[in-house]
Amino acid sequence: MSRAVPLLVIGAGPAGLAAAAAAAEAGVEVVLLDNQANPGGQIYRGLAAGGAGREALGADYLKGLPLLEGARHAGVEQVSGASVWQVSRERQVHATREGKVEAWQAERLILATGAMERPMPFPGWTLPGVMTAGAGQILLKASGLLPQGRVVLAGSGPLLFLLANQYLSAGVTPAALVETTPGGRLMQSLNLLPGALRAPAYLTKGMGLLRAIRRIPRYRQARDLQAEGGEALEALSFTAQGGRHRVACDLLLLHQGVVPNLQMTRALGLAHDWDGRARCWRPRLGAWGESEIAGIAVAGDGGGIVGAAASALQGRLAGLQAAHRLGALSEAERDRQAAPLQRALARERAARPFLDQLYAPDEAFLAPSDETLVCRCEEVRAGQIRAWVGLGCLGPNQTKSFGRPGMGPCQGRMCGLTVSEIIAKERGVSPAEVGYYRIRPPILPVTLGELATLEDSTDHAEVPESL
Amino acid sequence: MPKSPNHYDALIVGGGLQGLSSAVHLALAGLKPLVLEKDYPGRHASGANAGGVRRLGRDPAEVPLSVASLKIWQALEDLVDDSGGFVACGQIKIAESEAELEGLCRRAEAVRALGFEHEEVIRANELKELVPALAGSCVGGLICREDGAASPFRTVSAFRRKAEALGATVLPGVAVATVKRQRGLWRAETNQGAFEAPSLINTAGAWGGRIAEQLGEPVPLTPKAPMLMITERVAPFLTPVLGCAGRVLSFKQFDNGTLLIGGGHMGRAEPETNRTEIDFAGLAVSSQTVQALFPQLAGVKVNRVWAGIEGVMPDQIPVIGASATEEGAWHAFGFSAHGFQLGPVVGRIIAELVLEGRSSLPIEPFRISRFREAAAAA
Repeated sequence: MSRAVPLLVIGAGPAGLAAAAAAAEAGVEVVLLDNQANPGGQIYRGLAAGGAGREALGADYLKGLPLLEGARHAGVEQVSGASVWQVSRERQVHATREGKVEAWQAERLILATGAMERPMPFPGWTLPGVMTAGAGQILLKASGLLPQGRVVLAGSGPLLFLLANQYLSAGVTPAALVETTPGGRLMQSLNLLPGALRAPAYLTKGMGLLRAIRRIPRYRQARDLQAEGGEALEALSFTAQGGRHRVACDLLLLHQGVVPNLQMTRALGLAHDWDGRARCWRPRLGAWGESEIAGIAVAGDGGGIVGAAASALQGRLAGLQAAHRLGALSEAERDRQAAPLQRALARERAARPFLDQLYAPDEAFLAPSDETLVCRCEEVRAGQIRAWVGLGCLGPNQTKSFGRPGMGPCQGRMCGLTVSEIIAKERGVSPAEVGYYRIRPPILPVTLGELATLEDSTDHAEVPESL
Repeated sequence: MPKSPNHYDALIVGGGLQGLSSAVHLALAGLKPLVLEKDYPGRHASGANAGGVRRLGRDPAEVPLSVASLKIWQALEDLVDDSGGFVACGQIKIAESEAELEGLCRRAEAVRALGFEHEEVIRANELKELVPALAGSCVGGLICREDGAASPFRTVSAFRRKAEALGATVLPGVAVATVKRQRGLWRAETNQGAFEAPSLINTAGAWGGRIAEQLGEPVPLTPKAPMLMITERVAPFLTPVLGCAGRVLSFKQFDNGTLLIGGGHMGRAEPETNRTEIDFAGLAVSSQTVQALFPQLAGVKVNRVWAGIEGVMPDQIPVIGASATEEGAWHAFGFSAHGFQLGPVVGRIIAELVLEGRSSLPIEPFRISRFREAAAAA
């Protein structure tokens, strides 16, 4: 049986916590589902559990405490460890929790599923010993785990500098920081700097990070990356500063920025627009983050990367609107509470175009070389995808018939953007025209045994002889 | 009237397997058919089915067609230069009780009475040999040893390529709005202009009822969305395709180790938007069935779930044959979620009807007028 709830929020990061708190404060019964053991999302992971070494993670990390407290204080019912694997257009939600399937029927739904790291494919990126910087940070936040042996960080984007600094604070000095941001990027981004100066905190923080990590050997404008090793990673080699370099390492952490996690909005069949600057899709949303499907809104990075502070503001706004739609908040009261949030949101978002441009992913990783493995689940290389385009394959969904990319357990999370970019480049069109995989439920794996626990399994079979 | 550049010998509405097979057989006879497909070939039922190539358990009316179609499947390369991935791995319907097994025995008897020998009863010991992993409670089954499975999209692609190689034209993204016969020609108005031909063939699947309605012969077709699940890879343990006598199931393992679980639990179809909505309550029943037969699979993860849009008729058999109201028009639609195996022979039947006015196979039970007759009799 589905449990009926007025408002269901999915994802307990900054956006979800703020959305749930705002609606609950207005008197709405709110259930907040999250797949982690504790709320906080990726950015405040482990904060609620009060893990060791919080200080090494910096002052920004502790900014999550009021959000966690806000949701608790407002009386939000928080359901942790719930892996949501399906959301329907009728707002039915299925999740697995402790080996059992639970179902909810929500009157209103706020999706706050956040961001994921953009895959950074290049030869050797699938070797054991290579992982994303985000995964490295998760280990640090969740269990205070520090890497053993030599660590190299490679890629671009603020998270790379942040993680380097967090490692330094915790007493680990990475063997190298290999930056792949192409030359001239800063100049290209300068016209966007005035906007960014409206939110100078980002720039100040950025400059501070760059100062702090001066102790780490740094290579700039690196290209032709190759992770070397037989059974496991042995070294990263690359071309930079006029020569070929080889840095021996046991752990390679990659980062190429973050993109919205769109599995849910895709599976719902919402319209998505291509963001040429950030080089990713975002769901088409109206005011208050409402989608084209009645009763379903999106808040935070899942609707387009905005960062933690703006995500919390968007979450609060979506929560106020949900409370209003549910009759718990008058229009005037909603607007009164929303006005300062909207002003703050405009300030927060001012820096985004500058950052997006400065840290835009390098073309080499968007459409990697032929020998690079693109789909890890089904072992499809970039060259195969290019060959299929030559045979008349027009988009990602057709590639599935050629060689199954995107059909493995990760549901295309690791290859979706790359496949779209490769096809677009081969065809000489925008990824907007090429499109993206159709995402099928379950958006997270569910076992046959778990699925069998779904109650109210009335038999809907109607065609006994079908095959 | 000047001869339009868009003139063909036959307009085929719907680029699924039935339409493409019709195109292949008409083109083999020297005609120039045009296939109009609103999405892309195999987008719906033809591409999103379980790939079962099954004579087992067919409606008595379908048995002669199904038997003839298997012969084409067995030599599909001769027809379309590709096997479609067909493998004769066998199909078994499992009995979980003595009562079910008795039912299967009666069924085999009834098929023999029709003059066919392909359905054969097997006992528990042979079932155990063929499917060693099966739970011990199963008492026997009904087997079609030469049945099997093929790859839907590969099959559709092969028929499309062959049709085009033989001179047929296949136009994806062309949605037919209206069809009308004037001055001896059928004219289809589409989102890409008008097309004309002396013959009209309605192979529009779940959308076939709309074409029939324009011909003045509406049919009680219901669009439905049979659901399928694919799991992660598991070590090979299953060769034949399995069904159940007493439950809804279609179960098979692919070469790559993934398991396909289907059989007829319905999601919701939205033919207007091409969208299907999954009903997980039905899939929970499928999971329970699989667990009952193979308890060791409880921990296997489901990777993907989907549903195609199928046109289902109230008597669960398709409409095949000439229009009862219009000259030069034929139907082959409403295959009620089991048309994949019939595709190769249906194209041949359509070509026979168009060229000779009659089919060598008994297609009387599939006539479109049966619904009007039923209504008149009631």
